[in-house]
Order: sequence, then C-alpha cells, then structure tokens
Amino acid sequence: MADGQAHNPEDRSFTFNFGPQHPAAHGVLRMVVEMDGEIVERVDPHIGLLHRGTEKLIEYKTYLQALPYFDRLDYVAPMNQEHAYCLAIEKLLGLEVPRRASLIRVLYSEIGRISNHILNITTQAMDVGALTPITWGFEEREKLCVFYERACGSRMHAAYFRPGGVHQDLPPELLDDILKFCDEFLPVCDDMEGLLTDNRIFKQRNCDVGVVSVQDALDWGFSGVMVRGSGMAWDLRRAQPYECYNELDFKIPVGKHGDCYDRYVCRMEEMRESVKIIRQCIELMEPGPVLAESSKIAPPRRGEMKRSMEALIHHFKLYTEGFKVPAGETYTAVEAPKGEFGVYLVSDATNRPYRLKIRAPGFPHLHAMDYLSKGHQLADVSAILGSLDIVFGEIDR
Amino acid sequence: MNDVDETLNDLADHIAHAEPHAVQRWEITHGELTIHCVRDQIRSLIKFLRDDSQCRFETLIDVCGVDFPERRERFEIVYHMLSMRMNQRIRVKVSTDAETAVPSIVEIFPCAEWFEREALDMYGVLFAGNTDMRRLLTDYGFEGHPLRKDFPLTGYVEVRYDELEKRVVYEPVKLVQEYRNFDFLSPWEGAQAVIPGDEKATEGAE
Repeated sequence: MADGQAHNPEDRSFTFNFGPQHPAAHGVLRMVVEMDGEIVERVDPHIGLLHRGTEKLIEYKTYLQALPYFDRLDYVAPMNQEHAYCLAIEKLLGLEVPRRASLIRVLYSEIGRISNHILNITTQAMDVGALTPITWGFEEREKLCVFYERACGSRMHAAYFRPGGVHQDLPPELLDDILKFCDEFLPVCDDMEGLLTDNRIFKQRNCDVGVVSVQDALDWGFSGVMVRGSGMAWDLRRAQPYECYNELDFKIPVGKHGDCYDRYVCRMEEMRESVKIIRQCIELMEPGPVLAESSKIAPPRRGEMKRSMEALIHHFKLYTEGFKVPAGETYTAVEAPKGEFGVYLVSDATNRPYRLKIRAPGFPHLHAMDYLSKGHQLADVSAILGSLDIVFGEIDR
Repeated sequence: MNDVDETLNDLADHIAHAEPHAVQRWEITHGELTIHCVRDQIRSLIKFLRDDSQCRFETLIDVCGVDFPERRERFEIVYHMLSMRMNQRIRVKVSTDAETAVPSIVEIFPCAEWFEREALDMYGVLFAGNTDMRRLLTDYGFEGHPLRKDFPLTGYVEVRYDELEKRVVYEPVKLVQEYRNFDFLSPWEGAQAVIPGDEKATEGAE
C-alpha cells in the first residue's frame, strides 16, 4: 500500500506471484495473479524460465545429433516426441519403416502415454488434496521406466527412435514382462479410480471447474484430451493415422462437460485403451529388422562392420557428416499424451535442419490459463493448471 | 497425382478464387498445401479459411518465423491451421522484414497472441494489432533475437551468481575454448587442408 493513501476497506484487490517455486506449478512457472478477494481477475503466466534454446541448438546439429533434444522437451513421455521428429525426417526422405520397428514405436509411444497419464492424474489429484494416488501410481510408473531402460539403456532420456526405425531390437523376455505388466496394471487402475472417481472431495474440486466448450477449444488451439474432454472425438491416431495405428483396435474416450473432472476420466480411460494397444502390438510382432536397411541413413550392424570395409566407411560417414535430407518442408504431428505434438521441419538439403519449429501441445493450453481461471477461486487455479497437463520442458523449449 | 493431392488441388483452387487479392501462389508438396499470401491480406485470408464452409480451418495450430537472411524480405511467418471437421491441414506463409509489421490475427484466433509474442521474441518480427507485445521466452531484459541466423549460438551475455554483490550478474560471454563449428558437410572434398609450404607455389605463379 502506498504511503499517505487512505486504505479503502471495500477495495480487496491485490496481486501476487504464483510460483516459480510453487509445488502446484508443475515446474518453473511464474504466474502473476490479480485477485479481487478470493476471486481471480487476471492470470498472467510468465514462461521461459526453462528456455534452453532447443530450436537454435538443433540448427547447429546434424539430424541424428538433434534427436536427443526431443527427450528433453516433454520429459514425462520422451519417446512420443522423438516419434514426431523421426516421422518428419522420414517424410522428407521418403523412407519406409520396417514392420517390427513400427510396432515397437507404437508400443513405446503407448507406454509413454500411460506413463504420462499416471503422472498427470496423480499429481493433479495431489494438487486438490488426494495424497495416496501418487504413491500407488508411481510404483507402476517406475515399472514403465524400467521397460524404457531395458529397451534403450535409459530411464528417461531414451534416444531410442531413429529415422528409419528404432536403435535396437527388444530382448524377447521384455515383451513377456510388458504383457505381464498389462495384466497387473488394470487392477491398479481400478484401485486408483476407487480412490478418485467417486470421491466426494475430488469431485467437488474438479466438477464444473475450468469448463472448456467446443468453441473455446477451437479458438484457443487446444488438442488432445483438452478437446476430447469437451466432447469432440478428435484423435490424430484415428483421424490422420500414422505408423500402424489404422490396424489397431482402440476406442477414443470422449468427455461431456469439458471440465477438469471429465478430462480426468478421459485420461483414465485412455490408459486402459493404451493397454489394449500394447497387447495388440505384442501379438502382431514378428521377428524382423528394426531399422531401415539403407546404409546411407541407418548405421550398419556391428558384426557387419567387422568384416566389411564398405560398412565401416558408411559408419564413419554417418557419424561425422550425417545424412542429408532433401530440400523441402513438412509439418508432421503425432498424438502425444498431452495433445498434438508437431514438428515443422525446413530442410535446405544439407546435413542439418535449416529450421525446426517445435509445436508443443502445452503451449496454447497454458496460454488459455487466463481465460479458464477468470472468475474462479484461487484454489481452483491449481486444479485447472493440473488438468491442463503442462510440462515446462516442452512449453519453454 | 493421387487422391490427397487432388483434394488439396481443389481446395487451393477454391481459396484462390475466393481470395484473389490475398493468394500469391500455392503449391502442394509431400501432401501438404502451402499458400503464399500477400502480407496485408493475411487477416482476411485467415478469417476466410476459418469461416468458409469448404475450409473450416478452425484450429490455429502454430505461428512461427523462419529466417532467410539472403532474401530482401528476410523473415517468413508461417501459419499452420487444422480443420478437425474436414480433417485437413493447411500452411499459409507471408514474408516480411525487420521493420514492417505483419497484421496480427489475435482478433480471429485468441491463441495467436503467444505465438506472435514468440515470433517477436525470437526473430524481432512486429505484429500490428497485437496489444501485448512483450517478450515471451527469453530472460527479462534480454537483448537481441536469438533465432536469427546472424545471432551466435553462444549468445552475447552469460550469467553467474556474484558472491560479493549477492546477486546474479550479467557479463559478456567468455569462452574458455573457441567455439568449434565443424563443417562436416563433405569431409572428402570440402576440407581445405593447407599443407605448410604450399603457399610458395601460388606466390611463385604471381
């Protein structure tokens, strides 16, 4: 309060900072919130605290060197990002992916989706006061991290997908273990639902909070669960199928009211559908190559390199010069767990991307924070923020 | 020409007929339609794309800049739109330079605000009509536009915590080792290996 000015007791407006160190901010988000008493009047998110200049860095790397940057965007579901990038390169190269590689990619994208939804559901529940789901959910998430590790050697930053396939084949026992996980995971889903779905407090905090109408979803550039929660059956896996999604049988859960609660229910159902997809992928999987045969794009096998001079030269060329991508541009998107993750790639026929724009789903979602929170109470801000499913790795890039 | 390209072809014809002042030219590559638009007409084109019954591009997916320093108008602003009804995508491009503002489309798509702020931040492209033109991703008080091709990868300033002043201080970038930008474009032909003593041969020739 400024000195010398009489305080008007009717004036209850004040401004404060939400974050950047707030546990419910899900990362480094600073929001300047203007309040009138307990009612939010304006939210101004200040983002960029985790800005690492990924797009600039990628312009200075070869196509293969740029790949691990995608793990560091949405670090909750890393492989889904790599997927979009690899699909973009493959589109420009006109490269076919072997059948087994395609199934492995879908399998791991869906593992990523479950892993993301577990994190989002349980942390959002924690934001509104339910402390148990996170402890149950993270036990399952840990198992998924182990599946990541067994496929590529790393729990989070996988760098597993490659233009033309995936880096390595999966060990056969891994598939059995994933199948076993599928059976055990569904009861855990039921348990988590038992804690939340009919929970009175959880419903009071989420029903009719942060309502998104269909028109809002269109105007604000929403995608993923944010449009499905509002009743539009829009899913890129179904609408613009990539990889082998058109052969797989899965449903698209759709909400009705577009509030935080419907989005929670959608995510919960999507996890069950993902389990279905994982099962189908494992059933369909047959032995075969997992990386494109062309040595101009994919490195030759180790064993080959011991015997063939040609293979050795290809290996050297690929890991110094890299491969060249024909000039052109493409926008390629995948249905990442958070929504539409797209890559706009401009190539100038060299070994490095000329421009690579990352379209993160969380970016427009967070932008709508002001619109969604207006008129709500302060406690609802963290419930809405949680249900938007934001991760700063991808928003700040 | 396959089915996808044919549909896009019809769509492009339709748009070019309806908005002849806006559409400069269009092309279809990799099954994606790109429309090059006159800068001042971008608003009417975007509005048309959203409202026309054959287009229905109701979701603005992305707005981003691309830098081509050798061009007279060096920046391209690229709009990506999606029609969930028609299951169709479209790309619209306008070009501009560092001084000329592009009409803002915030009134048509509210979500364009942050995309335009990002383009301002990264490339220094101005948008006329966007009332909130603050920087978005870079640091408070940051100078320069990092995604321009003439902006060095290392940047100009670095930060550290100063124990004496008890705050974070900004200093010019000091590189312990010179930044190594390898040119791997063609290790066989491109590398200019200068063997000591070779210069004498050219000196003798002069």
